[in-house]
Amino acid sequence: MIFAGGGIELIRNGMNGDRAILHSDCNCFYASVEMHLNPELRGTAMCVGGDVERRHGIVLAKSPLAKAAGVKTGEALWQAREKCPGLIVTPPHFKSYMRYSRLARMIYYDYTNQVEPFGLDEAWLDVTGSERYMGESPAFIAQEISERIKAELGITVSIGVSWNKIFAKLGSDSDAGDGIMVITRDNYRDVVWPRAVGDLIYVGPSTQRKLAQLDIFTIGDLANASSDLLHAWLGKMGPVLKLFANGADVSPVKVMNPAMGDVEREVKSIGNGLTSAHNIESPQDAKALIWLLSESVAQRLRESNFIGKTIGISVRDAQFLTYYTRQVKLERPTCITREIAHTAYDLLCANEPLDAAHPLRALGVWVSGLMPLNSPVQYDLFGIEDKRRELENLDFAIDGLRHRFGNRCVMRLSELCDNALDGVDIKDENVIHPVGFFHD
Amino acid sequence: MTAKGIAGRIKHYVAVDARFNEDGSITPQAVLWDDGRRFTINATLDRRRAASLKTGGDGIRYTVRIGTTVTHLYYEDPRWFVEERVPE
Repeated sequence: MIFAGGGIELIRNGMNGDRAILHSDCNCFYASVEMHLNPELRGTAMCVGGDVERRHGIVLAKSPLAKAAGVKTGEALWQAREKCPGLIVTPPHFKSYMRYSRLARMIYYDYTNQVEPFGLDEAWLDVTGSERYMGESPAFIAQEISERIKAELGITVSIGVSWNKIFAKLGSDSDAGDGIMVITRDNYRDVVWPRAVGDLIYVGPSTQRKLAQLDIFTIGDLANASSDLLHAWLGKMGPVLKLFANGADVSPVKVMNPAMGDVEREVKSIGNGLTSAHNIESPQDAKALIWLLSESVAQRLRESNFIGKTIGISVRDAQFLTYYTRQVKLERPTCITREIAHTAYDLLCANEPLDAAHPLRALGVWVSGLMPLNSPVQYDLFGIEDKRRELENLDFAIDGLRHRFGNRCVMRLSELCDNALDGVDIKDENVIHPVGFFHD
Repeated sequence: MTAKGIAGRIKHYVAVDARFNEDGSITPQAVLWDDGRRFTINATLDRRRAASLKTGGDGIRYTVRIGTTVTHLYYEDPRWFVEERVPE
């Protein structure tokens, strides 16, 4: 356990009227779960990697030993093996990760109802009220959470404690082990300010480069930089980052509902994307993938009782790996698979020649402009709406079958025509990514 | 580090006779081994959520007494497992 200067004092005295925010981060989450479930992997250089055959062959998470050998998350498996000969690669088991993520959150809920997940492995907790209720200081609550997660789930977390979300996250990022870092108003200048500016959330490589041109290398430099200068170089994010660096972030930890799977924040869009196992070089390839993605998106829309008015696609080029999105607004909001797939495919055809000279690597389909499924609809004189009701009912019937017998019990012919898509269940393998920090 | 005479432990799923109590809790009554032997549980000493650091996996860990031996039995929902000893 690490207490940065002043931390012990804080344990005794609480946060002195400030908010008490914890940020809990499961260490090497996917790798930790794999090592917990298969103890033979403990103490080895291992990583969780995607399927090379399906061209998902990147490192998703790595063990501390693999990290020490220089393996980085996101790099190709062949690169990782070059750096670390003998690296053990295990396939991901997303259902297990979801389970451990949920169990960890259940532990958090024992201490506060304000738990804001940030991806599967991170969460902010506001324990301001819990301090008085439980008679324990935030640092003790953090320690108890850390110990419980280790004992009950067999994985470790590092926890940052501070009065704002930014510094709490910075604290949890400070220690790769199961440490607890307390950052107070008294010590943040000594603990936070000397650190590289890239450690701050929302300062990526590009922002870091721009800041370096202004001679801003540490968080302290950023905190003391002129707001006007930052605004001129970084736009409106400049002054925001300065606030972050000064610990002046006041964004609340959002209250989620565990019964709703922590996703009851306003859903803005539902989408899926997939890197194809082979390049998409023909209309047939594109059609198969678009239908597969549209099936998942439409089914998720119906399960969530939504219809959407805007259909979008994302396209990644195979040669230059460039990425772009296109979207179109429908006349009538829909959750019908056929309508979504046709619209997405037309949108793709309008933007891509779909031939061998213009291969595509990945496609995505999403629906936004969501409204409740039972929203009023305008009927017409030509029976179009009746026909749509029939299609919708057909989709619901298929959903019922899939619910009982699995997502692959009823499939489209176009999906069956592509061997590379055999065994792919996009809906079942749907992964929840962190929502942006600035999300309302 | 393992105890004397034990090379290691493996996760062994077992059949369990259990009583479902009116408050929703479960009390294991006996462990049924693969070869047909039945080990009656004399007492449940502790019950808590815990991870098995020896064999991997986690669930509700029952600390039970079978004869004079105190051991752990895990309810992994819906399966039960024990940390079977592998002799040296």
